[in-house]
Amino acid sequence: MKTTLTINGEPREIEAEARVTLLDALRHEIGLTGTKKGCDHGQCGACTVIVDGRRINSCLTLLCTQEGAEVVTVEGLGEPGRLSALQEAFLAQDGFQCGYCTPGQICSATAMIEEAAKGWPSWVSESLEGEAVLSREEISERMSGNLCRCACYPNIVDAIAKVAEARMAEAAE
Amino acid sequence: MKDFAYLRASSCDEATTEALEPATRFLGGGTNLLDLMKLGIETPARLLDVNRLDLGVIEELDGGLRIGATVRNSDLAADPRVRRSYPVLSRALLAGASGQLRNMATTAGNLLQRTRCPYFYDTDMACNKRTPGAGCSAIGGFTRYHAILGASDACIATHPSDMAVAMAALEAVVEIEAPGGARRHVHLADFHRLPGDTPHIETCLEPGDLITAVILPAPAGERQIYRKIRDRASYAFALVSVAAVVRMEEGRIATARLAFGGLAHKPWRDAEVEACLEGEPPSDDLFDRAADRLLQRAWGQGENDFKIPLTRRILTAALREATGGMA
Ligand SMILES: Cc1cc2nc3c(=O)[nH]c(=O)nc-3n(C[C@H](O)[C@H](O)[C@H](O)COP(=O)(O)OP(=O)(O)OC[C@H]3O[C@@H](n4cnc5c(N)ncnc54)[C@H](O)[C@@H]3O)c2cc1C
Ligand code: SF4
Ligand code: FES
Ligand code: FES
Repeated sequence: MKTTLTINGEPREIEAEARVTLLDALRHEIGLTGTKKGCDHGQCGACTVIVDGRRINSCLTLLCTQEGAEVVTVEGLGEPGRLSALQEAFLAQDGFQCGYCTPGQICSATAMIEEAAKGWPSWVSESLEGEAVLSREEISERMSGNLCRCACYPNIVDAIAKVAEARMAEAAE
Repeated sequence: MKDFAYLRASSCDEATTEALEPATRFLGGGTNLLDLMKLGIETPARLLDVNRLDLGVIEELDGGLRIGATVRNSDLAADPRVRRSYPVLSRALLAGASGQLRNMATTAGNLLQRTRCPYFYDTDMACNKRTPGAGCSAIGGFTRYHAILGASDACIATHPSDMAVAMAALEAVVEIEAPGGARRHVHLADFHRLPGDTPHIETCLEPGDLITAVILPAPAGERQIYRKIRDRASYAFALVSVAAVVRMEEGRIATARLAFGGLAHKPWRDAEVEACLEGEPPSDDLFDRAADRLLQRAWGQGENDFKIPLTRRILTAALREATGGMA
């Protein structure tokens, strides 16, 4: 089957069997190995990418369903010399140890901050209708779909909190 | 994963007709179906993608809401009308899965997600749900996550959805289109089945049937509560959950709609329990009597016996909160 889509701003045409996941297509067909396979079953978040502005698990997404989609992977968020704010913050706060979960953490957090800026509540939000404030508790809840086997959670939350604060101030303006 | 033919339906009519072909499955968000296909538990020959059908909107209907079958769980939870008038549904959705999974999961797919019984997931173990007649490995095995109500000798699995529990308490109705175009409506409480001796038949859907929407009736000023107990604080299925939709009138409980997750093969409602609450002033004594009724036929497997007292406590806490007292 042929699938036409945009990956990190570049138009692509990929020929693959129907059963090929977006995750395997990114890694094996395109050679974008930043996106990681942890569990392959939706349980860890290492494979998180951003499709049409939304964070999803690429391991539970078939490539062939993504006709016309705009996919952004960790490589598309920034590169050495022009890192994204979150990529910088993960470095500055030591938000990783082995780094395996990091691309998924950064893609997930990038889209999560936008969800909060739109006012989406979470399970721990006191009010469903109030403004979303990204406290540490809120960040942990909203990021619970990204596991870290090295348990760098405190530093991951620090990194996200720094960037979220700036973004939420901007959204409030 | 075994390969399959991928088709994209362009109309509901085409979808239901195509779905009559053997070994055809609809594909929603894929978060459950693809997981099961990778493990060889589901082996469809054809996947029929319903995501491009015109079923992705939430519209107002008779004072209530009609939620399209492909509306994503995250969009439903964040919808301002749902947050305002059906907070129990927002809360239940937000208690389920992860941000990423909710961005993919659909309304219909969530209702039809399959049990998380670990033996159902392990193709080396006997399971009546996977292979009718094979036997049930859970009975006498690891049963922490299994049912205490409505189970049978053939299957003790639970239904894992949080969303469906809230919808059951809200008296939601499932809209179904059959091949040929006829639409019918089934109360959510009647949509899922108890296992009996056919645990592989989980709902009232017939071959080719497509879920097109879920309809929520108009809210009537109820207090709505969702509580969920699980083994970790987030990103885990319920051990026990409760959705309470309660309306008070002059210090008495006028109506009480209660649905429970983690207890049975379907979101559990019990008309007797609701009747015993209605017309009464709230008190711990009353809540205890309601719990007695709810649990009179409860039956643990040993490892899940803790669910019996836990259900009593979660019911009391939810009712205290819903009737205005402190939790
Ligand atoms: C790690 C993990 C944790 C999770 N935690 C939770 C949790 O805590 N609480 C919870 O409630 N859920 C949880 N889930 C489950 C998740 O909510 C479901 O996987 C999801 O809701 C399924 O929706 P879907 O659209 O992806 O379904 P799909 O996988 O696409 O489909 C599921 C079934 O529905 C059928 N189907 C789809 N659309 C239609 C239609 N329109 N008409 C008829 N049939 C249709 C498909 O053929 C398939 O049989 C979790 C999942 C994972 C992977
Ligand atoms: S409880 Fe049901 S799903 Fe689990 S092994 Fe027994 S028959 Fe299978
Ligand atoms: S690899 Fe996709 S969630 Fe683990
Ligand atoms: S840094 Fe090692 S898994 Fe997160």
